[in-house]
Amino acid sequence: MDHSTAAVSPGKSVWDGGTSPMGASYGKLMMWFFLMSDAFTFSGLLITYGLVRSSNPAYDGAVEAFQFATTHWPIPEKVFDAVPFLHGVELPLVFVGFMTFVLIMSSVTMVLAVEAGHRMDRVAVEKWMLWTLVGGLTFLSCQAWEWTHFIIGTDTPTMMNVFNSKTGVWDQVGVFGANLHVNQYGPPAFADFFFFITGFHGFHVFSGVLLNFLVFYNAVTGVYDRRGHYEMVEKVGLYWHFVDLVWVFVFTFFYLV
Amino acid sequence: MSHKEPQVVVLPPDKEKIKKLWRVALILLAVTVVEFIIAFTLPHGAMKTFLFVFLTIVKAGYIVGEFMHLRYEVKVLFWAVLIPMIFVVWMLVAFVYEGMMIIPQ
Repeated sequence: MDHSTAAVSPGKSVWDGGTSPMGASYGKLMMWFFLMSDAFTFSGLLITYGLVRSSNPAYDGAVEAFQFATTHWPIPEKVFDAVPFLHGVELPLVFVGFMTFVLIMSSVTMVLAVEAGHRMDRVAVEKWMLWTLVGGLTFLSCQAWEWTHFIIGTDTPTMMNVFNSKTGVWDQVGVFGANLHVNQYGPPAFADFFFFITGFHGFHVFSGVLLNFLVFYNAVTGVYDRRGHYEMVEKVGLYWHFVDLVWVFVFTFFYLV
Repeated sequence: MSHKEPQVVVLPPDKEKIKKLWRVALILLAVTVVEFIIAFTLPHGAMKTFLFVFLTIVKAGYIVGEFMHLRYEVKVLFWAVLIPMIFVVWMLVAFVYEGMMIIPQ
C-alpha cells in the first residue's frame, strides 16, 4: 500500500491540503523525526564515552600480557570473552558476535514482515513478526546473561586501591565484577558507560519487543485487514531497524575499538 | 449486528524484492565477519579504529538505506534525516579530540 499521494495537479498549491508533504504519511514522518531525536540521545551517550575514553590512557603493551588495571582502559576482547555453559574457556567476542547475528537476523525478518504487509498477506506478516519477536527475546536473554557475568566477574579478583569513605583511607582490596562505583576491568567510568549505553539500548530492544508483540496481536486479530492497510508494521519496523542500527554502533565502539 | 469480514486481496510475493532483502542481509553479515577478522589480526591503533568506523558506516548505510527504505524516499526527507547527522559526526570528532587533551589524574 503506497500512502504517498500523487504529484500535485497543476494550478493547485501544496498548501491546499490533500497531499502528503515529503511523500510520506503523517505517522511515518513522525516516526522518522522521533528516531532522529533518539539518535541524538544515543549520540550524546556515545560521544561522552568517546571523550572519557580518549582522556584515559590506552593500553599499548602486548595483548597476551594484558592485565586489568585502573591505570589504562581495558581492551574489549579481554573483558568480553565468556560464553554461557563454557566456564573457564576463553572465547573473546564470540558471545557478542552471536548477539549481533541475532539482532541483524531479526531486522531481516522484520523487513520481510513489512514486505508481506504491503501485499496484505496476513499469514506471512504473522509468521515474520513471530520470528522477529523470537529474535528480540533471544537478544534480551543474551544481554541479561552478559550483564550478570559482567556484574559477578571472573574467578580471580583484580587487586585495586579503593577509597574507603568510612575510614578515609585507600584500601588494597580484591575486586570482583562491576558496579557503578568500582569494577575489576578498568577505570570506574568503563563499567558506568557499559551499564548506561548497553542498558539504554537494551531498554529500546525491550520496548521494541512490546511494540512488535502489539503489531503481531493486531495482525492476528485482523485489525489491519479491517483497516485496509498494514502501515503500522512499517512504522514499528522503522523503530526496530533503528534499534539494530544503534547496536551496530555500540558493537563497534564498545566491543571492537 | 453482524460484522462482515473485509474482502482482502492478497498479492503474490515479490520474488525480486525478497531476494534483494536477503542479499542486503548477507552483506551485513559478511561485513561483521570481516570486522571480526580485523579484530584478531590487526594490532590496536589508528588504522584499526579507522577501518572499524568505516565498516560501521557501511553497515549503517545498508540498514538505513535499504531496510528503513530511506534511499527510496523523497529527496527532502532523505536530506532532512542525513544533514543533522553530519553535525553529530562533527561533535564526535571534536569531543574525542578534546578528550585526548585532558590530562588524566
